[in-house]
Amino acid sequence: MTEFTLWDILRNLLLALRWTVVLSLIAFVGGGLVGALLLALRLRGGRLAERLIAGYVQLFQGTPLLMQLFLSYFGLALLGIEVSAWTAAAVALTLYTSAFLTEIWRGCVAAIPKGQWEASGSLALSFGEQLRHVILPQAVKIAIAPTVGFLVQVIKGTALASVIGFVEVTKAGSMIANVTFRPFTVFACVALMYFALCFPVSLYARHLERKTRGSRP
Amino acid sequence: MAAVLDAPSHVAPGAPIVRITALKKSYGANQVLKGIDLEVLRGEVIAIIGKSGSGKSTLLRCINGLEEFQEGALTVDAKPLLHESAAAMRELRQRVGMIFQSFNLFPHLTVGRNVMLAPTLVKKRARPEAEAQARKLLARVGLAEKFDAMPDQLSGGQQQRVAIARALAMEPAVLLCDEITSALDPELVGEVLRVVESLADEGMTLLMVTHEMNFARKVSDRVIFMHQGRVHEMGPPAELFGSPKTPELKQFLSSLHD
Repeated sequence: MTEFTLWDILRNLLLALRWTVVLSLIAFVGGGLVGALLLALRLRGGRLAERLIAGYVQLFQGTPLLMQLFLSYFGLALLGIEVSAWTAAAVALTLYTSAFLTEIWRGCVAAIPKGQWEASGSLALSFGEQLRHVILPQAVKIAIAPTVGFLVQVIKGTALASVIGFVEVTKAGSMIANVTFRPFTVFACVALMYFALCFPVSLYARHLERKTRGSRP
Repeated sequence: MAAVLDAPSHVAPGAPIVRITALKKSYGANQVLKGIDLEVLRGEVIAIIGKSGSGKSTLLRCINGLEEFQEGALTVDAKPLLHESAAAMRELRQRVGMIFQSFNLFPHLTVGRNVMLAPTLVKKRARPEAEAQARKLLARVGLAEKFDAMPDQLSGGQQQRVAIARALAMEPAVLLCDEITSALDPELVGEVLRVVESLADEGMTLLMVTHEMNFARKVSDRVIFMHQGRVHEMGPPAELFGSPKTPELKQFLSSLHD
């Protein structure tokens, strides 16, 4: 039987950590794009669009991410669509992220005083111009901190992709623990890696929050 | 500053620039405007007074489409107000400027950019030209040196004067003032009213909802007293303030002296 050194463990975990990072980035970029699209539909569209998107948000906020992963992996397969663990995880996390981000951002847009819409509207700006030049620049300022804060949730959420067989750092951890018989060491390393990813992001979020709060009257 | 105020008009001189006919507006079952007829002539200064809830702000907000009305018609510069048509609204709003009680400057833009934003976007004016106009207008309201300041660095009175410059930058034919001094500390009211008065002197068409009765008396050509969603009494200020005809107006005026 081969002996595993701590370096072996760390090296393999670090290799798997790449996929945690990639999956987080996909979720965030994909979720951000879908979330922004939903936000635009929500602001522009009528009552039907608003209701549909509110339902979408409720669906993803009201069910565990774990179930969403299961459903996208096994559910799509049931429909005859063969999906890899990669695709299933990317799709589920993207949709999950988009639902939360569109809701966070909607709140930020709603926080802009009505007078800003009225003043820009009475200066004959079109809806798009109002959004682009008046509303969004102000909304982005208040959205940065909660958005970056949510990124931390997404990074940790990628751990659940291990249940559908996607080998990211958590899955790699349990595989390594099985062969080394050193679960405590392995999972301690895994935990530290998550911390090393999330802590700087949290710090950055806090920094941004302080900065934006400072610049508000 | 004549260039700013002599915006081209599609209405013959003497014809009303704002024409409101049988305008009715409800919020649900609550009718707040119960049939308003009003014609405003070019260059006329009109003060709208009345108790809160009498519909005076709502009337003003109907004129530039911030509020939708259910019945009646409204034209500005002979152009009808059509809520369904974004193009028609954009056209109309270029002719109607509005100044709000709470200033509503864009807090993320400098004072200069606040004034330049709409002309560059809506009128597609080149930046240097828009900047020159903004500097001229800011000088006009006594804030030439504040071009690069942020709105939150200004006092309320200064912010409101920037808002006036911002509205003037679109060269409106009519300026609506919705209780523009109500959010100001008493010592700052004068500086804003002086700017409004000079606009009136230069021939700007003004409709203002105001609680400053002395100002209304001094500046306006016509005073409208609104009561329960109707124009209850209307006339020259000397007549309206000097010898009010209806008991409601008498009561309203005497309540101001308490």
